[in-house]
Amino acid sequence: MIAGISIYEILTVTSILFFIGVYGFITRKNLISILMSVELILNASVINFVVINKYLYPDMLQGVFFSIFIIAVAAAETALAIAIIINLYRQIASVEVKDTEIMKY
Amino acid sequence: MDFSSFLLMRQEIILLAIILLLLVAEIFIPKNKKSSIVHLAIFLFGVHTVIGFLSIDECSIFGGSFQTNNLIHFFKNVLNIGVFILLLQSADWLQEKIVTQDKGTEFFILLFSSLLGMYFMISSGDFLMFYIGLELSTLPVAALAAYETSKRISSESGIKLILSAGLASGVSLFGISLLYATSGSIFFHDIIGVISASNLTILGFILFFTGLSFKISLVPFHFWTADVYEGAPISVASYLSVISKGAAVFILMILMFTIFKPLMHVWENIVYVIALATMFIGNLFALRQKNMKRFLAFSSIAQAGFILLGLISGTQLGSATIVYFILVYIFSNLAAFGVVQAISLKTGKENMDDYDGLYRTNPNLSLVMMLALFSLAGIPPVAGFFGKFFLFTAAASEGYYLLVFLAVVNVTISLYYYLSVIRAMFIRKSDNPIPFFKNKLYMRLGLLITVLGILVIGMYSPLYDYIYELSSIFN
Repeated sequence: MIAGISIYEILTVTSILFFIGVYGFITRKNLISILMSVELILNASVINFVVINKYLYPDMLQGVFFSIFIIAVAAAETALAIAIIINLYRQIASVEVKDTEIMKY
Repeated sequence: MDFSSFLLMRQEIILLAIILLLLVAEIFIPKNKKSSIVHLAIFLFGVHTVIGFLSIDECSIFGGSFQTNNLIHFFKNVLNIGVFILLLQSADWLQEKIVTQDKGTEFFILLFSSLLGMYFMISSGDFLMFYIGLELSTLPVAALAAYETSKRISSESGIKLILSAGLASGVSLFGISLLYATSGSIFFHDIIGVISASNLTILGFILFFTGLSFKISLVPFHFWTADVYEGAPISVASYLSVISKGAAVFILMILMFTIFKPLMHVWENIVYVIALATMFIGNLFALRQKNMKRFLAFSSIAQAGFILLGLISGTQLGSATIVYFILVYIFSNLAAFGVVQAISLKTGKENMDDYDGLYRTNPNLSLVMMLALFSLAGIPPVAGFFGKFFLFTAAASEGYYLLVFLAVVNVTISLYYYLSVIRAMFIRKSDNPIPFFKNKLYMRLGLLITVLGILVIGMYSPLYDYIYELSSIFN
């Protein structure tokens, strides 16, 4: 618990973080940036879990454990996405979204 | 210490053992005999499928994180049968294209890991287990979609799948965190007691539902489907369209019928709108497709819309019809994908125009394809008709007559494009049709099982009664 900061302020920050991530996912033109937006969304939920656990239900550690698992899985997901992006880069020498559109409609 | 409770996770443990065994086999099988790994994997998975039919006790272990009952156990068997057919159908492709690049074992390990994730997902008793199962079932499939590393189209489909899946699980997690805030627990049996229709709970539910909608490819979240199916190897596309979608629908059904039941007055409106949008957009986009894989992708989106008709009823009848429909759908869609795979492997052709005059050169394959499409469209003698009919019954029994009427309109639209493939095969003539070819044993076996399934499941009514009995847990 942080003195002088209530749960509302922190949840506002995580909500803003979440929607920045969603906005970035939709508008970014670069695959790596899209991946970063996904990470923002995941990190918003991680903070949410920790804060809710600490402020509202401090007697159980469910939220904290959940956040550890999210971090681990997110790392695996990023590694796999980067691997696929590198493989794509070898073929088309680009990580722009506009170049990954040979399938459409 | 008593280890007997571990036996209740028998399916998971056997599958994990198969994965480890394949890893060891990869080390010890010499390089020039790598093709035997395909036979080994199919044999082991066949044994696993047979063992799965032994009954299991109802239980809840690890403090309620893992639960199983007869319906869940039955559904795991359905998934097993689907994966077994899929392995039979993809054996030739693996032998010719993948084993020669020395990537055969990894394919099975990734596929089985994904199936293991689905087991944990549908058996989950809390949101943590659910989340890990969801990720374990999604990430290996993304690797599989990008498996043909020399093809640009395959990498593109892989990156589209993993970014969409990442967004979906992120949104889903944010929803779970809000549900945790309102209920104070991530365990399903704790949440059931305290859930109420407050605004924060509803927001959490909607975000959670959005995340799962990505996996089922319901309409506002379906954009990845057609691209991924077109670019991925055909086995992976058919895995995504039947096994992955079926498992996600099943866990969504369990959650909505148990812990989100008090929010039913909220989610029935959401499901109503999404069902209509999914059916119409899936069907209308399928009309203009020229590529068979894209065509089947939009057809599978439309089928997901029909499944929601069972979901909206929220009763035992709805649950039974959903499980029955998924069972039928697995057989019909695997038959269609199997034929596409056989033709694509021999000739490399995947467009609808290439199927002109197929009946004259390959009558057997055309007949299998015809049965599969009849079943997907829902024409009476085959199983697909009963699946759709029961779903409509479930929705009508709760008074959604307008929805059922619009669904029937959609069935009529879908008949047009399913029959246009059949017209191409049987009526149209072509200057250079696909030449006659004979499939290998595995592919023939895989297609034979699907045909038997399509024909028998529709006629054999005790199966439906059995599923209805298992669904009584939702009363």
